[in-house]
Amino acid sequence: MISSLPSIAGFVRPDIDWHAVAPELTLLGVGAVVTLLDIVLLERGRAYTSALAGIGLLVALIPIVTLAADGTTREMFGGAFVVDDFALILKAMFIVVAYIVVLLSTNYIAEGDYWENEYYGLMLSAVMGMVLMASARDLVTIFVALELLSIPAYLLAAWRKADPKSNEAGLKYYLMGVFASAIMLYGMSLLFGLAGDTRLSAISDAVSGGDANPVVILGIIFVIVGFAFKVSGFPFHTWAPDTYEGAPTPVTAFLAVASKAAGFVALMQLVHAGFPGRDDVYQPLLWILALGSMTAGNLIALRQENIVRLMAYSGVSQAGFMLAPLAVAGDIGDDALSAVIIYLLIYAAMNLGAFAVIIAVARRTASGEISSYAGLFKYAPGMTILMTVFLFSLAGIPPLGGWFAKFAVFRALVDANTGWGYSLAAIAAVNSVIALFYYAKVARMMWFEDAPEEADTSALRVPPSLIAALGLTAAATLLFGIYPAAITHFTEGTLIALPY
Amino acid sequence: MGEFLNDWGLSIPTFLPIIGAAVMLLIPKDREQLHKLIALATTVAVAAFGLLLLVQFIDNDNYGALNFVVDKGWIDVIDSRYIMGVDGISLPLMLLTMLIVPLCVIYSWNHFPEPHNPKAFLMLLLILETGMIGTFAAQDLILFFVFFEVVLLPMYFMIGVWGGENRRYAAIKFFLFTLFGSALMLVSFLALYFLADASTFDMRLLPEAAAGIAKSSQVWVFGGMFLGFGIKVPMFPFHTWLPDAHTEAPTVGSVILAAVLLKLGTYGFVRIAIPILPEAAAEWAPFIGLLVVIGIIYGALGCLAQRDLKRLVAFSSVAHMGFVMLGIATLTDFGINAAVFGMVAHGLITGMLFFLAGSVKERYHTLDMSRLGGLLVQAPRMGWILGFCAMASLGLPGLAGFWGEFPAILASYNPAEVLAEETFRSYMVIAALGTVLAAGYLLWMLQKTAFGTPREEFANDPHVHDATASEYLAWAPLLILILVLGVYPQLLFGATDPAVVNSLSECLDSSTSDACFDAAAGK
Repeated sequence: MISSLPSIAGFVRPDIDWHAVAPELTLLGVGAVVTLLDIVLLERGRAYTSALAGIGLLVALIPIVTLAADGTTREMFGGAFVVDDFALILKAMFIVVAYIVVLLSTNYIAEGDYWENEYYGLMLSAVMGMVLMASARDLVTIFVALELLSIPAYLLAAWRKADPKSNEAGLKYYLMGVFASAIMLYGMSLLFGLAGDTRLSAISDAVSGGDANPVVILGIIFVIVGFAFKVSGFPFHTWAPDTYEGAPTPVTAFLAVASKAAGFVALMQLVHAGFPGRDDVYQPLLWILALGSMTAGNLIALRQENIVRLMAYSGVSQAGFMLAPLAVAGDIGDDALSAVIIYLLIYAAMNLGAFAVIIAVARRTASGEISSYAGLFKYAPGMTILMTVFLFSLAGIPPLGGWFAKFAVFRALVDANTGWGYSLAAIAAVNSVIALFYYAKVARMMWFEDAPEEADTSALRVPPSLIAALGLTAAATLLFGIYPAAITHFTEGTLIALPY
Repeated sequence: MGEFLNDWGLSIPTFLPIIGAAVMLLIPKDREQLHKLIALATTVAVAAFGLLLLVQFIDNDNYGALNFVVDKGWIDVIDSRYIMGVDGISLPLMLLTMLIVPLCVIYSWNHFPEPHNPKAFLMLLLILETGMIGTFAAQDLILFFVFFEVVLLPMYFMIGVWGGENRRYAAIKFFLFTLFGSALMLVSFLALYFLADASTFDMRLLPEAAAGIAKSSQVWVFGGMFLGFGIKVPMFPFHTWLPDAHTEAPTVGSVILAAVLLKLGTYGFVRIAIPILPEAAAEWAPFIGLLVVIGIIYGALGCLAQRDLKRLVAFSSVAHMGFVMLGIATLTDFGINAAVFGMVAHGLITGMLFFLAGSVKERYHTLDMSRLGGLLVQAPRMGWILGFCAMASLGLPGLAGFWGEFPAILASYNPAEVLAEETFRSYMVIAALGTVLAAGYLLWMLQKTAFGTPREEFANDPHVHDATASEYLAWAPLLILILVLGVYPQLLFGATDPAVVNSLSECLDSSTSDACFDAAAGK
């Protein structure tokens, strides 16, 4: 085992497939240009940064398209970095999500008198971490990708320096994040100790077969729990509401969608490539996490008065839905992954859309209270209809996109044809009804209530970048709902290329 | 023409209303007259298309099988297809929908409920129409589910925005109840997909494919569907959303709710649950029958306790839908024919009663029956129409209501062979008692509102006038149909019977439900 590792003296540079790493390198390049622009042009550069970041992200999509057109699975570093269908779909998702977050940020950051270059530079490096995560099939690569996406996010959460709430947001996120990393690293070290190798394929060989020994169980539990923090699954969600509320809203959208998705990407890789033989360990654990997240998230969300906190708890509950297919992944294999990916893609569209409306409305009301949405239908009917679309899509009402996401989850659970699967499906069904209640609460405020007397009810003006973001997300939400084949086309078949 | 209808006959009327709504979205809100015209033109065009379909349907002369079938790929990865088609069961209900919606537009022409806004109101109505027509046309479980759910949102907003005092509570209650049922129904559909011999959601193939499923699983799967459809019907004890939703909804909302939305539940039983899982249906039928007779009596007693006219009509819906469900629970072709007739009749009659309640409310600004009275003196024509509808509702022979109730009761004397005769005969006795109570509360209602002299507060009220032109226009087709179907029921039975016979599994005629399994095992 040891002899297979390269000795230090005879180090040869491994072959690098530049095409395969082109998306990461593009993001690195754009991030560097954004930072350099600040150094060279100083204040004069500010106006161009967000446009540059946005264009840079779109450019990073090009190598993904060419890689997809090429279609071959590429491996590097002995299988630690893999570009397969799974990686490409998710890389594309991360980049598109980041592009929409840039659209959301443009006016918010420019008008708030925040540092722009640093903001976009950090965001691009976080996106690079996410894109890397989609290819990581090795514990160290996963960890590096995780830190690469987390550390900029800690800073971004505290971006509104003058507001103690934002500082609280950043600090809480940082402390909990570091704590989670520590737990995860410990789990990883146990797994490494067993396998003598950090690659997931080797770990899979080492942990499979026979009865699970306690070290394996602990290792798997610690690693999964570490990522449960990242995806804000119950009971590791406690940082999310405070962080979401305090962070600048575009950053919240970024955390709620992209950062959460990155956690799921890692979980999917671990479950599918790392511990496929140990479903007796991870399935019950994920079953409990899924059950707890959807139920607790929903019940707490019922009592929220602040829209962002509501979205935080709704995110906890949605995370529970996404964890559910993984809780039967051992029985249905690839289908569980495609259910989670379908959910992630649709969730990204509808959740970003909801945050876009929240940002647009907050420009007028300067408030996050749900009561400030009263009478929105009277003076901003367009925003009201869009928000209604996003909220009821989150609740899973056809023909809006969310229904197919929920459907994919139900399908995976029933497909398993086990008591665990059926029971979780029934619980998920009940939970989707509870969730409707709080989404409808916001809709009720917008449609049924009258605006308060003193409120400014002149027509709401929305900047073009927000309109673009709203248009993209709303179109995606409707398209995914009416013609789900638009997504399933990409999620069919074997997604994660396994080395054996 | 026939060629065209065979390909597009169902897709066009299903999606035309959505196109109308999209056009209205682009027109500014203050051009109210234009909005009304577009809505009217769209719904009338849909109704005209419905007539074409009817003519072609009769011309095809194949009532028992699906007509106008379209079968195209939709979501390949889950084997869900865009399959549409109508037979003798679904066509009458679809035509009822196509008739009711334009009448609703005409009725609300000059009096939109507060807060006015005809644009939004009519758009919701059109979206609702797409959902309703689509549900009756869909022949794929997932497509059915999507249309089934599409009706929720518009109705939620219709109740919540344009409803009465308690509208917020009623709207969310309606939504939550229905969603709860349909979420479990979806799980059942999925279980059917995975357990059946063929992985398909195609309703045409499932009856055969599902025959091999183990009995215990079938009973569970049926249970999920039972919740989904039973809540929509609504059956006792899930009926509590109905009186609230009906009472608070604006007139047009109540009419649509009563005339069409409730039928989605009973239609689901007739179209999906019973043909696909006949053995499980046989297991469930006595239990369903029990809930049904409780509902009939409970609904009737509920009516007798009401002071509010609209709430009374709402509770009478619980009782009347009970008769429909009783017909279904017998699992005989006779009973299910009665049930389909009952659905159409209830749609016409109760729809009419809600129209009348809305008009009374508009004139008196109250529906409290202790304050009403003397409608026959102040608005004689409206009073007589109310009397006519009350008679139809209590099941007077010669009017449509009779042919829904009487055969259903008769059918429970002789339920399907697999069912216990004694049980259903006792249900029959209780249900028959329900008709007596129905006569009681309807006559009492008529007496309170139409007879006597007007109260002092309304005696010289200039708001109280007889029916207006738009009211006549909206009501006349319904009244005529109530009479025509009552005199010549064969018009409807002729269409439904072949389809009903085709939908019922032969094994229901044997004395034990195990025969179904033996038949499946022998194949």
